Amino acid sequence: MAALLVVDNVSKSFSGLRAVQDVSFTVPAGEIVALIGPNGAGKTTCFNLIAGVYRPDQGEVRFADQRIDGWRPDQICRAGIGRTFQLVKPFAGLSVLENVTVGALNASASVPEAQDRSKAVLDKLGLWSKRDRTAGALTLPERKLLEVARALATGPRLLLLDEVMAGLRPTEVNTMVSLFRELNASSGLTILLIEHVMRAVMALSRTVVVLHHGQVIAAGTPDEVTRNPAVLESYLGEEAL
Amino acid sequence: MFTRGSLVPAEIYLNVAASGLLTGLVYGLMALGLSVIFGVVRVVNFAHGEMMTVAMYIALVLFTAYGLDPLVAMVPIAAVLFAFGYLLQAGLINPFITRPEHSQFMLLVAIALILVNLQLIAFGPDAQGVHTSYSFDSYALGPLIIDASKAYAAIAALVVAAALFAFFRFTLLGKAIRACADNYHGALVVGLNVKHLYALTFGLGAACVGAAGAMLMVVIDVTPSIGPAYTLLAFVIVITGGMGSMPGALLGGVLIGVTEALGGLLFTPSAKSMFAFGLLVLVLLFRPQGILGKKTA
Amino acid sequence: MIKLLLAGVPRTGLLMLAILLALFVALPFFVSDYLVTVLFLILYFAFVGQAWNIMMGFAGQLSLGHALYVGLGAYAAAALYVHFGISPWIGLWASMGISAVAGAIIGFLAFRFGVGGVYFAILTIAFAEFARIGFDHFTWVDGSSGFFLPVANYTENDLWNLRGSTRMFYYLMLGMTVAALLACHALLRSRAGYYWLAIRESPEAAQALGINIFKYKMYAVVLSAAMTSLAGVIFAFFYNNLFPEQIFHISRSIELILAPIIGGVGTLAGPLVGAFLLTALAEGLREVMLQLGVDVPGVKQVFYGICLLLVVMFLPDGVWPPLSKLLGLDRKTPDREG
Ligand SMILES: Nc1ncnc2c1ncn2[C@@H]1O[C@H](COP(=O)(O)OP(=O)(O)O)[C@@H](O)[C@H]1O
Ligand SMILES: [Mg+2]
Repeated sequence: MAALLVVDNVSKSFSGLRAVQDVSFTVPAGEIVALIGPNGAGKTTCFNLIAGVYRPDQGEVRFADQRIDGWRPDQICRAGIGRTFQLVKPFAGLSVLENVTVGALNASASVPEAQDRSKAVLDKLGLWSKRDRTAGALTLPERKLLEVARALATGPRLLLLDEVMAGLRPTEVNTMVSLFRELNASSGLTILLIEHVMRAVMALSRTVVVLHHGQVIAAGTPDEVTRNPAVLESYLGEEAL
Repeated sequence: MFTRGSLVPAEIYLNVAASGLLTGLVYGLMALGLSVIFGVVRVVNFAHGEMMTVAMYIALVLFTAYGLDPLVAMVPIAAVLFAFGYLLQAGLINPFITRPEHSQFMLLVAIALILVNLQLIAFGPDAQGVHTSYSFDSYALGPLIIDASKAYAAIAALVVAAALFAFFRFTLLGKAIRACADNYHGALVVGLNVKHLYALTFGLGAACVGAAGAMLMVVIDVTPSIGPAYTLLAFVIVITGGMGSMPGALLGGVLIGVTEALGGLLFTPSAKSMFAFGLLVLVLLFRPQGILGKKTA
Repeated sequence: MIKLLLAGVPRTGLLMLAILLALFVALPFFVSDYLVTVLFLILYFAFVGQAWNIMMGFAGQLSLGHALYVGLGAYAAAALYVHFGISPWIGLWASMGISAVAGAIIGFLAFRFGVGGVYFAILTIAFAEFARIGFDHFTWVDGSSGFFLPVANYTENDLWNLRGSTRMFYYLMLGMTVAALLACHALLRSRAGYYWLAIRESPEAAQALGINIFKYKMYAVVLSAAMTSLAGVIFAFFYNNLFPEQIFHISRSIELILAPIIGGVGTLAGPLVGAFLLTALAEGLREVMLQLGVDVPGVKQVFYGICLLLVVMFLPDGVWPPLSKLLGLDRKTPDREG
């Protein structure tokens, strides 16, 4: 399959600190790719570079054969990339349904159409019964789900998930995993996910990219990557696999 | 749109600039109070000018009742304003430091509204001033003719500002307050009484504006309505110089003082504050952190 | 259209609205001229409060310089009428246009250069001050000596030229307030409304969901400015005199945001509830002072200040949210399914 997303030699520094250095990888259309690495490796920064929060100091980002680096986040969303935030950013004063409707408007011609769309998404994620709750009053796992629901409602071709399973109970992780599998299989949704829950990474992705100190140190199938000595070493200082 | 003054010789420009500079130093001290409060407590004191007119009215009363020179009365006035600021912060504002910016702002707008109209009720809308023994004195310095009142006020402003700098630089308390400003949670962790330190800071800022008010009393007349105008002026100065920067406030004060004075000379005096606002807009757009401010991420 | 407007309003709420409207329509037949003026003021503040609320309550942009738009609107329509005999019904388009452009300039500068929060508020004050000082020297409208509309004893209401009785202005203001309420209700349920609330709650998340936040913040400023200027037109023709020192003054900007803040920022009913409470209380105060024989300027403002202080301290969301809960009108989302 052709590559939907190409990250080509991208770098980004924050006042001297090189958060991402010469990172390259591709996400083929219809695939699920995982981006892993210890804390501070530069994963979220990679997402922000793809989603247009930052402009890369060098390198290119291409999506569906278009250069998108330098575009604004809203333009990138409209081009077909939906993203979640690791530190969730719900519209705290709005209801769950309103939160998702904001996202759904991106892919709808009218408000009623967006509300119907939101209903479908909330149903799929099991949040419909909580539609009238104020987002600020949700529990953390619920907020993570809401984050996914909003991104999904924008109708993306590529979904960027930043640690959406952190802090979930094992059963909740299982539900999420099957949800993403189902989305991927039924609608061909391409997913790039940052995840620490290795069980989920193993279950979902055929390709894993490992980031350490802002650089790609390994890429391959989950099995290959977990047997790679450099990867093991990078994690040992942080947390055992 | 504007009536243009006839051509004036260079000496007049020089004199007007010098007079603007002296007034600007007093403005600077007033703005220093705002800057210190913002730099530490992170609250924008929207009642700043109103607090200054409180000080001016105290100075006026002390002068008319006891003949006390405002530049002497400055000391007790600063003490009174300190207490006022301390209580205001500890009692009313402290619960708001974790609230959204706009609700802090509204709280201080309410306080300002109350202060300015209490003054209106107590003293009426008419301008009132003091005439000291040196009101009409002046010194000749080469081509410059300097108003004695302005010179004394400016010197007093510099002395108070220097004392404040020294306090923050050399005393333990000053250092503790700075630690609070740099790292709120860290200060909590090492056991600093942040609430007390914040109240102290607000008190110090109020004392600054109190002293500045007393000084201004020998230079200008007071009416309740100048309160809001001076609140705005303090903002303009502090944003121009750099929010939270102490030298920035003084520099901003001088800059605004001179700009206003020259603007008043070149165009009509009533249009002078337009120049200050013009400067503010330019700074906000092109150097939002202010001339001496540090860039925040 | 009607259905869209009524969506999401509980039936008891509709009933109460209808009764309230009937009351407002009927009252002038039973009360004194003075009381009609008071009612007019309530509606006036509800209207400008509603307009300001679009910017602050919906899109989260704090403007403390809304007197600018009132003043521009007032001067534009008044000058066209006095100098060229142009009806305010035509002049109001100039008023709205000029204010919209002023709003667009402020918005463009602020949002392009990333001036936000308190700095934005101060920028809005600065522009109102610019206008105040500028109009002081604007001789076409008589500068600081004030601009006056011709006044005569009108035996008949001339709606086309807005010359007439307090009652005429009252009904006009009532129509405008109802229209503003309906418009804001519809706006909140539109794409722009959803986008504004999203921007208010989290600009980053809003942008990530495909919202051009610059564009929608600009819409909010321009719309709010244009709407506010309509109140300026009424102000000019009701009071017949305009002074830059008064109309552009910061205290006017503050006065016109009291009602929505006390009523509840971001709520539809807030501006009306706030205007009613403030005006009613202020009138009560006036009555008490009259009885006591005290006549001091500033008392009303101190009272406003205390109200504002109490509300921001104890009811940070304003009076309406808890009140609507009490009345059982607080159902949040439009429940389209059932
Ligand atoms: N906006 C920023 N400003 C300064 N430093 C940042 C910023 N964003 C991220 N960083 C730094 O970049 C590095 C990578 O961070 P991040 O991408 O969040 O890592 P990860 O998501 O892999 O845990 C970290 O050292 C972090 O402190
Ligand atoms: Mg991260």
